[in-house]
Amino acid sequence: MKKFLSGDEAFAEGVRLACPEVISAYPITPQTVVVEKLSEMVENGSLDAEFIHVESEHSALSCAIGASAAGVRTFTATSSQGLLYMAEGLVYASGGRFPIVMMNANRATALPWNIYGDQRDSLALLDTGWIQSYAENAQEALDLALMAYYIAEHRDVSTPYMANLDGFILTHTYENVDIPAPEQAKEYLPPYETNNRFDFEHPVNMGFSAGPETNIIFKYKEHRAFDRARGVIAEAEDRFAQVFGRRYTGLLDTYLTEDAEYVIITLGTIAGLCRNIADELREQGIKAGVIRIRYLRPFPNDEIAAAVRNAKAVGVLEKDISFGNAGTVYANVTSALQWGGITAPAYNFIGGLGGRDISADDIRDVFTKVQTGTDRLNWIGVSR
Amino acid sequence: MTEIIWIGRGGQGAFTAAKLLGAAYAGEGRFSLAFPSFGPERRGAPVRSFTKLSDSPINDRSQTARARHIVLLDRTLYDRSLHALLTEGGTIIVNSPESIEDTVTFDGDSIARELRLPTVNTIMSGVLCGLYGTVSKEELFSAVEGVMPKKLHEKNKAAIERAFDEVGG
Repeated sequence: MKKFLSGDEAFAEGVRLACPEVISAYPITPQTVVVEKLSEMVENGSLDAEFIHVESEHSALSCAIGASAAGVRTFTATSSQGLLYMAEGLVYASGGRFPIVMMNANRATALPWNIYGDQRDSLALLDTGWIQSYAENAQEALDLALMAYYIAEHRDVSTPYMANLDGFILTHTYENVDIPAPEQAKEYLPPYETNNRFDFEHPVNMGFSAGPETNIIFKYKEHRAFDRARGVIAEAEDRFAQVFGRRYTGLLDTYLTEDAEYVIITLGTIAGLCRNIADELREQGIKAGVIRIRYLRPFPNDEIAAAVRNAKAVGVLEKDISFGNAGTVYANVTSALQWGGITAPAYNFIGGLGGRDISADDIRDVFTKVQTGTDRLNWIGVSR
Repeated sequence: MTEIIWIGRGGQGAFTAAKLLGAAYAGEGRFSLAFPSFGPERRGAPVRSFTKLSDSPINDRSQTARARHIVLLDRTLYDRSLHALLTEGGTIIVNSPESIEDTVTFDGDSIARELRLPTVNTIMSGVLCGLYGTVSKEELFSAVEGVMPKKLHEKNKAAIERAFDEVGG
């Protein structure tokens, strides 16, 4: 069934199809619509879940952790300051191996106060042990809600999953979305079964401490789960294509990179405009290409290196800055290039902070700078 | 790609108009995006919203730089500088009882009063589509049914019907 939905609404539809038993969330712009829609669904009986209204984001995630520890499928959603307020809980969820799915509406962080979209919130928390995906459109957002549970709850992974949607540009933009039938969703997503839960019949120790002798073993195992997640993401997408007929492309999405000499690497909604400009440049005989990173964790190291093997230069475009260094995505990409033996120069472009529009001319300028060479770090729309 | 900018004041339903047109257009081989100028809604403050229509998937999610049509729900928001936002041959349509140079004006308010509608958004959608055939009347009707709560269907369909009649669409 096709419906004209916003990204937030589409994601809520995906969550309904996944049938979580517990939802605990606190509203924050631009995530609010997800929470509203899900509470309506619970109210009108179209989603059989416990909706727990909490007093803060810290409680929202704590609640989700408790529910997950009871062995049930759980959902929460947040954005920006709310995600930062959850930070303590994020590592409890990942360290405890609770496969909670969370939607994060990417939004600027304070100060100055700003409710608009950028990616500084989730990128600041990249190291908290959550899988991180970044959607480009509302259909992908809905589909990722289902795949998120498949991946997170897989026994080889058992790791929480943060599905990121660009604030407003995706969360509040309406487009036609295909909503799968509930029977299809049921066929795709097995019920959540785990031994990692409170169980009087088979009691296990949960939420324990581990001292200097053993702590590193747990961290090693968390890291190994991310390695295994690579294969599980591929499996989740294969199964998805079988059941729903839509095919996704793994940790990244490449466009005309096969013979590309100049490649922009980016994430989220801005990738579409980059592809349009790449088309434009191709018509002028310039071999341009685009990589959209779909998963920041696990990170597509080998895939990026392979996709830029013919590149003369690379540009990394992101809505983020790690003060005192460069963009976080850039730091990750350059590490992948170094490891993959790629010696082409890579330039960083910071733009769209606090919701600043990135125009077609801005992208043309980024491609031009990648061709001619520029500073290591470039700010879009900031004149010094 | 055809792009439309809707301009109104918070509460006038400029975004609903954008969404209605997007929903009316979307279908087999037809793609659309509808989005507001992002930010908290404040009643009375100037707001813009955007509809993009295309026969191929729409990659460009940036704000519209050049529009085929600009529709103003409130004439006090008209300014000559808006013409710079039009594509070649593009038009500005204003809800206004008096004519304004270089624009198409339509007195939506008097029809809204007559039909007891609180705002002119669906009337002006009907004016746009009646004049330029952006989508058909029937497509707008089914969008009203898809996008609006049931109790608003009849009034808004009547508003669209009336607007099409007035402009001979």
